[in-house]
Amino acid sequence: MTETVESSQTPVLAEDEKNPVARLLGMLWRDKFALCAALFILLMVLCAVFGPLLLGDAASHQNLRGRNAPPFSWSNGWLFILGADALGRPLLARIVVAAQNTMMVASGAVACSMIIGTALGMIAGYASRRVGEAIMRLADVIMSFPSLLLAVIVLYVFAPSVGNLIVVLAITRIPVYLRTSRAEVLEVRERMFVQAAQVMGASTGRIVFCHILPVIMPTIVTIATLDFAFVMLAESSLSFLGIGIQSPEITWGLMVSQGRSYLVHAWWLSFWPGLAIILTTLSLNLLSNWLRIALDPVQRWRLEIGGKSND
Amino acid sequence: MSRLFRQRAVTSLFSLLGLIVLVFFLSRLTGDPTSLFLPIDATDAMRENFRELHGLNDPLLLQFWHYIVDLTHLDFGESIRKARPAIDVVIEAFGWTFQLAIMTMALVAFCAIVLGSIAAFRVGGKFDRLVSLVSLIGASAPDFWIAIVAIVIFSINIGWLPTSGTGSIAHWILPIAVLFIRPFGLILQVVRGSMISALGSAYVKTAKAKGVKNTPIIFVHTLRNAMLPVITVMGDQAAALLNGAVVVETIFGFPGVGKLMIDSILQRDFNVILAAIMVTALAIFIMNLLIDVAYLFLDPRIRY
Repeated sequence: MTETVESSQTPVLAEDEKNPVARLLGMLWRDKFALCAALFILLMVLCAVFGPLLLGDAASHQNLRGRNAPPFSWSNGWLFILGADALGRPLLARIVVAAQNTMMVASGAVACSMIIGTALGMIAGYASRRVGEAIMRLADVIMSFPSLLLAVIVLYVFAPSVGNLIVVLAITRIPVYLRTSRAEVLEVRERMFVQAAQVMGASTGRIVFCHILPVIMPTIVTIATLDFAFVMLAESSLSFLGIGIQSPEITWGLMVSQGRSYLVHAWWLSFWPGLAIILTTLSLNLLSNWLRIALDPVQRWRLEIGGKSND
Repeated sequence: MSRLFRQRAVTSLFSLLGLIVLVFFLSRLTGDPTSLFLPIDATDAMRENFRELHGLNDPLLLQFWHYIVDLTHLDFGESIRKARPAIDVVIEAFGWTFQLAIMTMALVAFCAIVLGSIAAFRVGGKFDRLVSLVSLIGASAPDFWIAIVAIVIFSINIGWLPTSGTGSIAHWILPIAVLFIRPFGLILQVVRGSMISALGSAYVKTAKAKGVKNTPIIFVHTLRNAMLPVITVMGDQAAALLNGAVVVETIFGFPGVGKLMIDSILQRDFNVILAAIMVTALAIFIMNLLIDVAYLFLDPRIRY
């Protein structure tokens, strides 16, 4: 959440007397949908960070007597509330542990593509025309590739590790940030405060990082939230096709894929990890919708008066 | 218009060439198809023969040169797996994908435009909120998971629909239904947003003041003006479908171009991968041109 805090400190509103963090949290409290979404994401992040430490052993401990144990039965203990997989490992523990790989790939890919894409976009928007054109053509080339197909080929050639997965997914998502930030910079650089800074002799670096970046940051953060969901789905698809993370490592997509062979007798093997994916992406979408309004000084009042806001 | 066409053709050709180079060399890095296609006890002479037959003994750059020269005669090479010209294999698979994409997009366009327009007419109402929630869930769902859940419910438990394959109309229902969900959610959001801003404009107020009924206002006056962004997003989604819905085609055993590409990559059938990329690229190029023509019809102010 550090970016959101920074961006609400931008000198847009004069009545910023309250602490910006408290103010943002207040807005979040009034929108219950966004609050639930934020809490769910927080829970998933906690799972990703602490899950493998706490439940790592339970998730890999095989218990052949409990093979494909059905869900909603307390007889095996609370870890088995969602059932067990084909080797008798508790699904709840496995979902919690798998959150780490899923989140790591998604956040790594989003962070890389956001930083590189935004930097290139700002260069394309602020530097000379020829440089900008060259960068945009590069983005066009990346965009015209069928990204899933390219990912498949690349991951088939190089070993599908977390690092490679992050690189492949990041490359396919760079154009999104590049185009957005360039378009925003082209508009912002014509505004009065940028011209004022130029007249006062500010260096290019200072103008770009201190004057332009804070203005375009809310848009970028909103897109990144949405993109996080997209990357998660892409990673799951790759794992599902068998070219993402390889077992014994686990991700949610891989769990869905592993459960596919037991579909007829044990639907829960595929169902729960899929539900984890859908709830996370749904939360991210809701949060992104909320962020778009919360970080926009013009529309922010909608959330502060607490009216109908989740559209 | 012809200037636009030429400009587009040049940039597309440029990126297609880049893609061909990349895929040509990357796919050959995955290994030698010989070990996949010959039995494990094949003699060295047989292996040598196989490599010679498919031109795998030449240096990579020479192989690439041969490939490009053949391409200029519209010869896309042989498929090792099917022992037929690669282009025939691809066109057959593309036919399936094309039908699937057309039917899905037609259904998506109809449902999303009608429901989105009605939702936009009463912003914040019950219908609007319901539709927004449904579309948001649709846009968040992983398609492979929905496919699996649908198979469990409709094929295994109720037994109405076949789990995979082709042959009857019933085989089309599940793939189309699963592919429908995500584009539907996305496009519905765009239709709704675009209609809300169009409904706030002056000509709508004029029409209302004249006493025009609601239905013509939505579907005659406003919709046409709200269609531009919708068509753009629809184009993106259709392009994704034309590239082959890899996951859905794999799950339902649908013989489309996405499944063909995955199988060809895994079995190192290089010529088919390249031919498939070129065919889908051509299809997407044509579709983008059609979209530009559609802009002209929708908004006479646009000139190319």
